[in-house]
Amino acid sequence: MEIDYHKIGLKAGLEIHQQLNTRTKLFCKCPTTLRDKKESTLPFKRYLRVSKGEMGEVDEAALEEEKYSRTFIYKGYDSTCLVENDEQPPRELNREAIDISLEVALLLNMNSADEVHTMRKIVIDGSNTCGFQRTALVATDGGIETEEGGVGVDSLCLEEDAASKIETEGDAVVYSLDRLGIPLVEIGTAPDIKTAEQARKVAEQLGMILRSTDKVKRGLGTIRQDINVSIARGARVEIKGVQNLRLIGKIVENEAVRQIKLIELREKLKRRRADVERLIEDLSGVFANTSSKVIKKAGGKVFGVCLRGFSGILGTEIQPGRRFGSELADFANKYGAGLMHTDELPAYGIKEAEVAQLKRTFNAAEDDCVVIVAAERERAESALKVVLRRAEEAMREIPKETRRALLNGSSAYMRPLPGAARMYPETDVPPVEISLQRLKYIKSKLPETFEHRKARYKEKFGLNDELADKISRNPNFSLFERIMESYENIPATLVVRTLTDTLAELMQEGVGVEVEVEKLEDQHFMDVFKLLSANAFGKEAVPDILKFLANKPEMSVDKAIEEIGLRVDMEEVERLIEDIVNSKLDFIREKGARALGPLMGVVMKELRGKVDGKVINRILEEKVKEVQEGG
Amino acid sequence: MQKLGFVEGDRIRIRKKTDSSVVVYEGIIMPAASRNVVIKLDTGYNIGIRPENVEIEVIDTVEALKELKELKKGTKERKQSTIRKAKEGLPFLSILSTGGTIASKVDYRTGAVSPQFSTEDILEAIPELAQIANIKGKVIYSILSENMRAEYWRKLAAEVYTEIKNGAEGIIVTHGTDTMGYTAAALSFMVRTSVPVILVGSQRSSDRPSSDATMNAICAAKVACSDLAEVVVVMHGSTSDNFCFIHRGTKVRKLHTSARDAFQSVNDVPIGKVYYDASNIERIRFEFLSAYTKRGETELELSDQLEDKCCLVKFYPGADPAILDSFVEQGYKGIVLEGTGLGHVSAEWIPSVARAIKGGIPVVMTSQCLYGTICDSVYDTGRDLLRAGIIEGEDMLPETALVKLMWVLGQTTDMEEVKRLMHENIAGEIKW
Repeated sequence: MEIDYHKIGLKAGLEIHQQLNTRTKLFCKCPTTLRDKKESTLPFKRYLRVSKGEMGEVDEAALEEEKYSRTFIYKGYDSTCLVENDEQPPRELNREAIDISLEVALLLNMNSADEVHTMRKIVIDGSNTCGFQRTALVATDGGIETEEGGVGVDSLCLEEDAASKIETEGDAVVYSLDRLGIPLVEIGTAPDIKTAEQARKVAEQLGMILRSTDKVKRGLGTIRQDINVSIARGARVEIKGVQNLRLIGKIVENEAVRQIKLIELREKLKRRRADVERLIEDLSGVFANTSSKVIKKAGGKVFGVCLRGFSGILGTEIQPGRRFGSELADFANKYGAGLMHTDELPAYGIKEAEVAQLKRTFNAAEDDCVVIVAAERERAESALKVVLRRAEEAMREIPKETRRALLNGSSAYMRPLPGAARMYPETDVPPVEISLQRLKYIKSKLPETFEHRKARYKEKFGLNDELADKISRNPNFSLFERIMESYENIPATLVVRTLTDTLAELMQEGVGVEVEVEKLEDQHFMDVFKLLSANAFGKEAVPDILKFLANKPEMSVDKAIEEIGLRVDMEEVERLIEDIVNSKLDFIREKGARALGPLMGVVMKELRGKVDGKVINRILEEKVKEVQEGG
Repeated sequence: MQKLGFVEGDRIRIRKKTDSSVVVYEGIIMPAASRNVVIKLDTGYNIGIRPENVEIEVIDTVEALKELKELKKGTKERKQSTIRKAKEGLPFLSILSTGGTIASKVDYRTGAVSPQFSTEDILEAIPELAQIANIKGKVIYSILSENMRAEYWRKLAAEVYTEIKNGAEGIIVTHGTDTMGYTAAALSFMVRTSVPVILVGSQRSSDRPSSDATMNAICAAKVACSDLAEVVVVMHGSTSDNFCFIHRGTKVRKLHTSARDAFQSVNDVPIGKVYYDASNIERIRFEFLSAYTKRGETELELSDQLEDKCCLVKFYPGADPAILDSFVEQGYKGIVLEGTGLGHVSAEWIPSVARAIKGGIPVVMTSQCLYGTICDSVYDTGRDLLRAGIIEGEDMLPETALVKLMWVLGQTTDMEEVKRLMHENIAGEIKW
């Protein structure tokens, strides 16, 4: 779907969460390393319940979570302590983390707070043992420039990361405590983003700025994006947990589409004078002799409601792979109840006759839709009540809510938008005053800007504008510099191409072939160029060596060269070239110097990657000369 | 702050000049512990701003905001009546609140946590309690338990006695955990109870979703409805929210600064366990692990005289005996020593101990080992102490021995009688 973002009045903002590479966690002295879940040394079990915010109000999102009464099981390690277990008060706010967040704030042209107050953000889905996430507002009122205009950066908060969810066991959710407490910065932009493409670019730019500090964690899961999206007649929706930068544009687009479609559905429902009856019927009788496994599994208990005028609505696709019915199902799922409706039935082993009887029970007209859930009464009623509420909402408005990003760029309902009521001061952590000296010091040590770095690369390494731009914006820029400073006779263009294009190609190749580019470490690259500098192989072989190392990262570059069969004896090379020359004596005598080109092709076929083309060219030239002179 | 023309609760706008621009903050003035102005922004975050290079303008006064809030509230909910109807079939329990973490929330004066909740607040926070019993609440003190003292124990004991006399079928005392063990011991000696008297607290303040207050209070209420007629402490038994221990009031000690399962029985098994189930409090069940006094086996009695002027002195290698002498000089009436191992102090101390006892001051020996029984007949110094007239504190906790000595001296000053009572098991304080 081609969308005119300007016309629909798209407004989007990003929230980037980036883990900091600090020595210790935000509120204790535990290391910030992730663990193999099998190494857990301690499980324990807890419950959580909502408490009031500072102003005496209860947060709606927290209240809703509490409705799903659950047990939480936490797995601790020998690298976690009583702070993660919520068995000891937090220690003071990690100074290293404050300094990094101030550095990021300055890079984003923000104004820092004079005094940083740690707050408790109530979150009772179990991801924090204490039932809140500790977070502190460090800076406000900054901004960055993009090609499509300036984007404000409203806030930068220093937060503790949450525990990671391992699995769900019945009503219990299992969390791992290794990640809990790792410092992260949450950067929130203003809703200044106007297109899906711009959203992706802003995310990229923020990511670059964060990495330029060289003090943030790298790798999968260390950066997460949330996106706020609204369109003119829609509502603000927060989509959480986007791990892949490439999905951001897609997610913005899909959410815009979802809101457009929901507006269309609302108009349709209005025209039809749709109506939601708050009547829940016990339909178990209809399925007394059913062959549906889903229903049998639920003990044959089925309850349902009739949505007047909703026929066809639930079956309407509003996002790739998701229909309006999926939206309702999200709510039912929260109560562990699966949802089915007459837009999709007969299916799931439910027969035509049963569908007909369902409709009869409600006196359903052609325009009506019957929604059923198979579960025992209490669960079914709770599920259907929220389904009814969501259906009523569909006739009225687009709900403000928090959604969860799905892998295909769609999203599913998660919880209502949390408000300010969830904030409460963290009384165990004293406020931290940010002195002017401290800011001044950090300012004096800020990393180089891209513009400056680019100019420097052009000057120092003779790179052209394009390549200088490319590598100065690339996360591997410091590796580039290290390679250039460590080894001689290495063309800068080759290093840039290797660290940018070659890596990208390998990564794309990785989809089909098993190449895991993430496994390549800086040392691999250093060694490759070290040996190249010593003429151990030809520069053409660099991609092959990297590909080999990506699959076997434990192997040394030296060994890799041998394994690939690149190791050559220069005497042998000369002999080989001599043999080729000798076999083409007539050709050389006939063509003279012009024979060099075609011969080069023949030799390179044998030696590509093993020996640098320049070296081959030199030997070949000599040999050809010898023939000419001798002849 | 009033000098600056605004008060806590006002909504203000701050314009702060920086090197390059002017930043505007808008929010509600919060109480601050430093000289900075702290405001709550609309996002809920608090932020502190140095009152330099700023222009501050009041947008709404605290009164105007209050009125607005009341107006909104009025249409939404009516104030709930605090009078609750008694439910038939449920026992009557009294909750006596003394403060502590279980009743704590943020104090803006210090920015830290201090006790503020009333019994009504606890009931509102833990509505399950109303399903277990008809609850009557009374605030006795609002203090952190380190501020407790003997005269408060006396008042509390009298309150417990009165409540039981007036028909309470169980008593719950909410208490700070720091000195809960002392108060439990004090009540054990002062009140011979005919109903359960439960001390309960929490290690994580009740203003947080993970507070142990909920489970501890629910388990305490369950025990308060049981047939147990003793003074006990009911607190988490493990780091998980799975069970609480019922500890005898004279055998329990706080053994961890912050963990939920800080309370443990020393030199005794706990009286019992309460298995918790958050999804259904009907399913909560007990297991008794040792013998206990049951309802109806004893008659209610209050003996609340205490000799406050008793002390607990810890011996350490090289400790100067003048420490002991100074307590004697200051007119202390009873001394509990926390000695090493089986119950020792250095040979240097023995003349001082002998002098104190000769002067009519009972000196009781306990051990800093906590676990095990005092036995002064094994080594020389021990025998010298016995010759000097030391009272072996058996397997009593040092704190329990102190409280017991206060209580015994409240009953008699006759040295032989004191000795006899200190050796007699009165409230489960001596097991072995």
